[in-house]
Amino acid sequence: MSTPTTSATEPASRPGAPRATDAGPTGGARSARARRERRAAYLFMAPNLIGLTIFVAIPMLLSIVLAFFRVDGFGGYDFVGFANFERMFADPYFLSSLGRTLLYLLVMVPGLFLSGLGLALLVRNKFPLVGLFRTALFAPNVVSLVVVALIWQFLLTDDVGFIARLLDRVGLTAPSWLGDPAFALPTVMVITIWFSMGYYMLIFLAGLQDIPREYYEVASIDGAGPWTTFRNITWPLLKPTSFFILLTSTIAVMTGGLDLLVILTGGGPANSTTLVIYYVYQQAFVYGEFGYAAAIGSFLVVILLAWSALLFALTKGGRFTHAQ
Amino acid sequence: MPSDTAAIPRQAPSATPAPSARRRRSWRRRKASTLLVVVGVITILTVFPLVWMVTSSFKGADEVLSTDLLPSAPTVDNFEYVFSAAPFGRYLLNSFIVSVTVTVVALFFHSMAAYALARLRFPGRDAIFMGIFSTLLVTAPVVLVPLFLVVHRLGLLNSYAGLILPAIFSAFGIFLLRQFYLAIPAELEEAAVLDGCGYWRIYWSIIVPLSRSIFAALAVLFFLANWNAFLWPLVATTDTDLQVVQLGIVSFQDQNTTDWQYVLAAATVAAVPTLLAFAIFQRRIVESIKTSGLK
Repeated sequence: MSTPTTSATEPASRPGAPRATDAGPTGGARSARARRERRAAYLFMAPNLIGLTIFVAIPMLLSIVLAFFRVDGFGGYDFVGFANFERMFADPYFLSSLGRTLLYLLVMVPGLFLSGLGLALLVRNKFPLVGLFRTALFAPNVVSLVVVALIWQFLLTDDVGFIARLLDRVGLTAPSWLGDPAFALPTVMVITIWFSMGYYMLIFLAGLQDIPREYYEVASIDGAGPWTTFRNITWPLLKPTSFFILLTSTIAVMTGGLDLLVILTGGGPANSTTLVIYYVYQQAFVYGEFGYAAAIGSFLVVILLAWSALLFALTKGGRFTHAQ
Repeated sequence: MPSDTAAIPRQAPSATPAPSARRRRSWRRRKASTLLVVVGVITILTVFPLVWMVTSSFKGADEVLSTDLLPSAPTVDNFEYVFSAAPFGRYLLNSFIVSVTVTVVALFFHSMAAYALARLRFPGRDAIFMGIFSTLLVTAPVVLVPLFLVVHRLGLLNSYAGLILPAIFSAFGIFLLRQFYLAIPAELEEAAVLDGCGYWRIYWSIIVPLSRSIFAALAVLFFLANWNAFLWPLVATTDTDLQVVQLGIVSFQDQNTTDWQYVLAAATVAAVPTLLAFAIFQRRIVESIKTSGLK
């Protein structure tokens, strides 16, 4: 079992290695073959390397460079040094969005982790219709965030929406879910967990299915209860999966969901759903402050890199020693 | 786990097989029915909003806000209105063109790069792979702003190329395909090498045919991601002729704010292809998601 990053650092298997020594009887032939192989490899990679350079690497670098400029409209670029960063830490709107994002992270990362793991532990068992349930639980992940936003706007409409009417029937008055600053962010959280949990369930399920069945058989023969089994077998053997989920869900929570905020709340009401990633979007595409937006975006990337590095350091590169 | 306690129950089944087996079977049946109920309820609650959207899109204006699941007088008027009031056919066509082009080109390019990274030897291979891999950490919303400026500078805003090109290149497919190609036994290629085949021949007639199943899985994922894309089309296009379906339903909603039956019909139109693709290819999607990044 390995996480993407451990396999990335593993030396790739070299299927061609014995071939090279068999093929060329002379050094000249061998080096000609090696040259041919090298040229072929670069040609095979060329379309991607060019595309990734233009559409991923240059934007990444540009984002760092841009952070030191003031961009007016579409014309001029003025070098302003660290002014954008100074502005960032004196900007009460940015600072409050940062605090909000931190709260959002503290709820969402455990929320996604626990909902995904909980569902996976339930649907790993054999019972009638389980295959159908697995598929259905993933379904909200398949539709677009635009559709997700529309569905929930409809269900959560003030006073006449389905949820409001349902609560009305049991004698409760529904708040304005998306209109009240106190409720908007929690509502976004619930919706996000709703459409994401199926994805994390599948990842956890894959991890659970990698655990040898014999371990559980031995435990059940030993009379171990469900909690003991979970603590001594499932949890330790699931660590690589948990690591992967912590890493990817943090990135997803911090940078994903922008579509949802743009359509569902527009950062409001009263900025109550303005997370950092939305603030970046707003500064760039609403106020045209591309330099300032790039500075905040770079800050976000640095935080994510630091978090990834921390996770790797804590887990020694995502490698875990498996307890028996 | 102490081994002495393990020894005793292990002998128990053979000593008294009938009662304990029966007890275990009835316990297992009870567990299965409990799970069926618990997971069943969670599943119904989870898919409810999707079902509600679809059934409500068949309701008339007078009952779209009712709390009954099914329409009392089902109607397709809402769908007719959607297609007549807005160029939804055009939106769907645009989404289709973009999604299919990105999917086909991406599979082709990604598998070429993955083949080189997995099967060929050349200097700088590990460094190039790490470089490609590291771009996975930087997600689309973070580079949205600079990407917009790059595409603007290239003069590709408001064009199909501007919608398609940036969506093709991502490390995810390369990474997944490389992992897949690493596992192909070398003997398959060796015969071709002895026959004097070039690398392109090996790629095209050995590697590509072997990739059919992973191509299918990735194709569905790529198609879904591009069909559902909203932010990039939002910032990259202003021309209404280039609007993709996700943008279409948002602007449609702006014009029909309170006519929920129309908005939901539009949302259903956009969601149906994804739900269909998912229903048909669900096993492949589930498998590819489960293996993505984990193997």
